[in-house]
Amino acid sequence: MRPRFTLVATAMLLMCAVSAKAERASDGQLNILYWQAPSIMNPYLSGGIKDIEAGSLVLEPLARYDETGAMVPWLAEAIPTLENGGVAEDLTTITWTLKEGVLWSDGTPLTSQDVKFSWQYCTAEGGGCAQIEKYGGIASIDTPDDRTVVVNFDGPKPFPYTAFVGATAPILLQAQFADCLGPKAPECTRQNFYPIGTGPFVVDDFRPNDVIQFSANPNYRDPDKPAFARVLLKGGGDATAAGRAVLETGDYDYGWNLQLAPDVLDNMESAGLGQVVSTFGALVERIIINLTDPSAEHGARRSTLDHPHPFLTDKAVRQALSMAIDRELLVEIGYGSAGRVTCNILPAPEIYASTANDACKTQDIDGANALLDAVDWTDSDGNGVRDKDGVELRLLFQTSTNAVRQDFQTLIKQWWSEIGVATELRNIDASVFFGGDPGSPDTYQKFYADVQMYASTFDGTDPEAYLANWQCAQIPSPENQWQGSNMSRYCNEAYNALVAQMQTTGELDKRAELAKSMNDMLMQDYVMLPLVDRGRVSAHSNTLGGVRLNIWDSELWNIADWYRKPAE
Amino acid sequence: MLTYTIRRLILSVPTLLLIALVIFLLLELAPGDPMAQVPLTVPPEVKAQMREALGLGEPMHVRFWKWLVQFFWIEPQVMIDRLFGTTLSEGQLRVISWQHRSPVMDDVLRRLPQTLWVVGTAYVVGVLIALPIGIYSAYRQYSVFDQAGTFITMVGYSIPPFFTGPLVIVIFSVQLGWFPFIYDTTHEVKDWDSFVVQLRQMVLPVMVLALQTTAQISRYMRAAMLDNLQQDYVRTARAKGLSEAVVVMVHVLRNSMIPVVTVIALGMPAIFGGAIITEQVFSINGIGARLIGAIQANDLPTVQTITFLFAVLIVLANLLADILYGLLDPRIRYD
Repeated sequence: MRPRFTLVATAMLLMCAVSAKAERASDGQLNILYWQAPSIMNPYLSGGIKDIEAGSLVLEPLARYDETGAMVPWLAEAIPTLENGGVAEDLTTITWTLKEGVLWSDGTPLTSQDVKFSWQYCTAEGGGCAQIEKYGGIASIDTPDDRTVVVNFDGPKPFPYTAFVGATAPILLQAQFADCLGPKAPECTRQNFYPIGTGPFVVDDFRPNDVIQFSANPNYRDPDKPAFARVLLKGGGDATAAGRAVLETGDYDYGWNLQLAPDVLDNMESAGLGQVVSTFGALVERIIINLTDPSAEHGARRSTLDHPHPFLTDKAVRQALSMAIDRELLVEIGYGSAGRVTCNILPAPEIYASTANDACKTQDIDGANALLDAVDWTDSDGNGVRDKDGVELRLLFQTSTNAVRQDFQTLIKQWWSEIGVATELRNIDASVFFGGDPGSPDTYQKFYADVQMYASTFDGTDPEAYLANWQCAQIPSPENQWQGSNMSRYCNEAYNALVAQMQTTGELDKRAELAKSMNDMLMQDYVMLPLVDRGRVSAHSNTLGGVRLNIWDSELWNIADWYRKPAE
Repeated sequence: MLTYTIRRLILSVPTLLLIALVIFLLLELAPGDPMAQVPLTVPPEVKAQMREALGLGEPMHVRFWKWLVQFFWIEPQVMIDRLFGTTLSEGQLRVISWQHRSPVMDDVLRRLPQTLWVVGTAYVVGVLIALPIGIYSAYRQYSVFDQAGTFITMVGYSIPPFFTGPLVIVIFSVQLGWFPFIYDTTHEVKDWDSFVVQLRQMVLPVMVLALQTTAQISRYMRAAMLDNLQQDYVRTARAKGLSEAVVVMVHVLRNSMIPVVTVIALGMPAIFGGAIITEQVFSINGIGARLIGAIQANDLPTVQTITFLFAVLIVLANLLADILYGLLDPRIRYD
């Protein structure tokens, strides 16, 4: 009797141990709150982040980005590169191989035809596909067998990882969407609300702009995942209510994108039910320095290369302006955990982040004063403003109307006055400032001021196009209707050469080296003063495990790995 | 009475058409771009193509005509199909939302239950509380009860729901933990327990909304009662030796109810319209939340359709109020 009892007990213990390890659909329901409610599950028909992220529970791409911005194979076996032969030597084709045995949630196998169809779907005439940029430059796609996809470009493409990569360009099931091409795309309500996918969950009930119910995909490729049996994705309300529901009452497990004041979030977190998580992309709040003279006396030629700036062309002045700024304090006041100090214009993804400029992290007013003294910028007439050869250091500082930006302006004006630079502040309504109307004198492109401040970033993880913004050809001027992104009017042949080199370089690590040196060149010339790297903030309950907040892909990218922590 | 009703109904057709046109033109002239919420990283050419796909390339009058046809000709066919299982509307294009690319009317019907449950209950609760308060306040004018009632109704009138909403959330959800404040629209009432869950999640929004209704209706009730309490017939009734209860509750109240009933009837469209702010605060996702969401996203077909449905309800409620007036007050005859 005894040994048998022990045996049974051991067996039961073993079973407990097994079930404590994650098993598909063993963790009940996961409640997610998006204060902007998703309205469609098909990312090709919506540019909205909320829709793309809801869709990412079901639809998956060939590869996606992890939280560091590095690419990871998803439906593909590996990332094709020059080294493994996946990318052709002449950079005109890329060959993807699908993982073996991936099934759609309806039980049919994923084939290369589906991948090709997803490209046709997005590029079909009259469909209004929001992600068409991702498929730019594709001439044709060949499918030699069920698991091989060969993408042919119409020219060399050094960064071929836009099509089928990331939450914005997933694979659709051809059998489901075959009748939804072009103008018919929006009419396929059933397909757009209930897409069949390869992801960890299946849509059970979709109510646009309200709530979505998912259940675990029985055909998901990892037999132990997802740990949750059901997901309820509720939309609506506001960021404050979402923060409360996760952090203060614990009604929800995950709250998305909580853009709240730092002290409000801290207060909510102190209830002890959940935690705030943040991550950082490349959105950098920066001060742009005008290297040309914005003075009104130059008429139509003001702020053009015809007239160099009277004193901002002096690198020592620009460097002193940077040294005088206390970036730590700016972060604390403006963004809290949603911001961090940065000394780079390209602070992320990790492989591109340079550490060469970190000196800017600490404020150095004395150093700035010494620097200006050394190059003979002195206050000769005793009015508190440094001058040289009859030119005084007086700046006009413009930005868009926004409470945080005006706080920043006031602080920076104070610091600059401590190094003998007088600043006049100006703020312009955001719709005018960023409006790009060539008829308005107040746009950020015309830049009729000495310095200006705003935030900017780039799409995806590849900085090639972003860094190309600072070549000479990108300088806004009356000749190009003030179009162009080189607001500083920076023109440096050495920089242009690096841009050209990057456009023909395929290897990722070489591209990273190039990107870093371009960033360093811009930073060490002080043509822009990066201030704050602004991040994404979300919150999750203390009982939810496995969250890896990701700004490069969907926040819910690894939801298959999420699990319920056992009570402590 | 019947001919009057028919006449009014016929007259309301041009009124509604005019309203539809005004709504359409207002939306047309208002600034805004349905692509405004698309991230800045999507290039302008792509946005232009997306706009084309929404049908924005067509001239204004064509779009208005299309909407009229879809709303007045195709949508009724869809209703008939649904009721009788016919296939009249098959293959015809319905009013489609620009946000979620599905028929607007389906969305409205899906959301109506939430709105009716919460806003409807709040209206009934508000009226039920307001009537006794109004009656007693008038009967004991300037008493402590009346002063307190006046104070509370002033508060109810003047404090907006975007303040009272978060206030009750902080008190009853966060501090006390009694009620949830995120409304679960997927909850189904099947038995007693699930009914209790439904009641619990309705408590806070109903509380906020009922405060407003109570404030409004009780003021009307009090004023109407005061008017009637001064009348000669009240003195006569008292002189006849009728008890105070009969004088107030039968004679005065019945006469005072005439204007109050019309006010209640006129407030009915608001129930269907939902409560824009309260729905937003409690994430109820009813009609009001849909309307404000559609306005923010410049989803013109949805805004146009929902606003027009409100217009229809308001015209009908006005008609209902007029008819009720005639039925309740024998002195008023329309024929």
